[in-house]
Amino acid sequence: MAEPPSDERYALLEALNLEVHYGGIAAVRGISFAVEAGELVCLIGANGAGKTSTLKALARMIPARGEIHYRRERLDRLPSHALIRRGLALVPEGRGIFARLTVAENLAMGAYHRADRAGIADDLARIYDMLPRLKERATQVAGTLSGGEQQMLAIGRALMGRPRLLLLDEPSMGLAPLMVEKIFEVIRAVAAQGVTILLVEQNARLALQTCGRGYVMESGQITLADSAARLLADPRVRAAYLGE
Amino acid sequence: MDILLQQIINGLTTGSVYAIVALGYTMVYGVIQLINFAHGEVVMIGAMVAFSVIMALVGMGLPLPPFVIVLGGVLAAVPVCMAIGYLLERVAYRPLRHAPRLAPLITAIGMSIILQHLALLVWGRDPRAFPQIMENASFAVGGAAISSVQIAIILLSVTMMAGLTWFVYRTRFGIAIRATAEDVRVAGLMGVDANRVIAATFTIGAALGAVAGVMYGTYYGIAHYTMGFILGLKAFSAAVLGGIGNLAGAMLGGILLGLVEALGAGYIGDMTDLCRWPVFGELLAERCAADGHVVLFGSNYQDVFAFLVLILVLVFRPSGLLGERVAERA
Repeated sequence: MAEPPSDERYALLEALNLEVHYGGIAAVRGISFAVEAGELVCLIGANGAGKTSTLKALARMIPARGEIHYRRERLDRLPSHALIRRGLALVPEGRGIFARLTVAENLAMGAYHRADRAGIADDLARIYDMLPRLKERATQVAGTLSGGEQQMLAIGRALMGRPRLLLLDEPSMGLAPLMVEKIFEVIRAVAAQGVTILLVEQNARLALQTCGRGYVMESGQITLADSAARLLADPRVRAAYLGE
Repeated sequence: MDILLQQIINGLTTGSVYAIVALGYTMVYGVIQLINFAHGEVVMIGAMVAFSVIMALVGMGLPLPPFVIVLGGVLAAVPVCMAIGYLLERVAYRPLRHAPRLAPLITAIGMSIILQHLALLVWGRDPRAFPQIMENASFAVGGAAISSVQIAIILLSVTMMAGLTWFVYRTRFGIAIRATAEDVRVAGLMGVDANRVIAATFTIGAALGAVAGVMYGTYYGIAHYTMGFILGLKAFSAAVLGGIGNLAGAMLGGILLGLVEALGAGYIGDMTDLCRWPVFGELLAERCAADGHVVLFGSNYQDVFAFLVLILVLVFRPSGLLGERVAERA
């Protein structure tokens, strides 16, 4: 019998001609891109370039046209709540924590689709280890956390789902520089554990310094795609996004 | 007899029923911001189904203890009401989930009328009297009396409230309900199927409503196809009083409304007795001497209190006693 094709021969995630429209306005105009297993890829661009719409489309939170292939399955045919079972988690823009639930309840929600009690307890211990601030505030209502703590919680909650692919939407938004550094430390640590990450960021320099590869989006289209190092050196990127 | 204590006991009893019905309104509102105006009718059908089952059991003449007969009524009413609650959501509200907000609201009123008339067809237009099978023993409590039915209603209600609170705050699915109430789309990212959560809030609310209907029917000894309207309106007022969308608020609002209503009914006669008023007392001295009192409003005005409270809350604290956000879109 022939061997079934292994996962490695395909990208973990591949979007083909992805389009998002709000009413008559096109936010994403037929973009195609891929993320390989184990990569840390970033999607940079100005405000309103369509980055968040792209992530929301991938997570099936908004209607979109085009194909989304993920582990040889068509995501564009699945409802949003079916994705986490397949290992795809999104940390939404603005964090999307449940403000009236406690920190511990938020983390429990991250593992909502799992039934392995022992595994959940292990992951919770690991996340409390990595983000000790969350452990200190476990019984506190999440709405009382600072912005940075809320972002930590949102990432910790997504990790409770044991994702294969983590989509991060603007994790640095509205945070003090010191906190942004901490968040990016966490992102690097998560990537080092083998989680594939697609990161959307406005802070282009920090994103490109963290990622291996990057896409640049402009008015709903991908205008540049290259290794992060080459994008950092690219004069167009330097002029438009790095303020040089 | 101690009127104050007696009215507090009576108020706690009806208040418990209001609280249980109010939970059905508030749970649904909390998750999809819909006021399910057909909920009162679900409660009515619970009372009617229990009535039929109790009559049938009594009619069979089996030597069953009264408690078992009433329990039989409850056990029949609960699944029937859960099915109706589920169907309401599935057939009437789900297709309108993304419609303008007025559409589901009007649909809710329409469903209420449909259910009322279904009950009219099945149970007729005359009030149905519950058979007095419960030996209604009375216990003296410091100058007032509390009946065994009242004790049963209060205890059962407290148990259900505690059970629901445990479910919503301590179980995995309960946490998912609260998460969905806060943000449907983010809860979806966690793998929560919003349709399941919404259907669950309708069926849980309907189950509670069924029990409330049986309690109400056995307390007043009567069931009627229109009883769901005023009961539903009062329970809705209780939910708004406590802060709609808030579980503790619905419980507090229900109890408070029951107390206000009972105390109002108990004292309004005295308060509006013109013979006790300074000027009128002298003007009406002759009639007062003959009749003893000239009362403007009697206890039949008790329904007014529920709505007076609702109006005052809406004017002075639109978000309710425990509510956090104003229900500005309803």
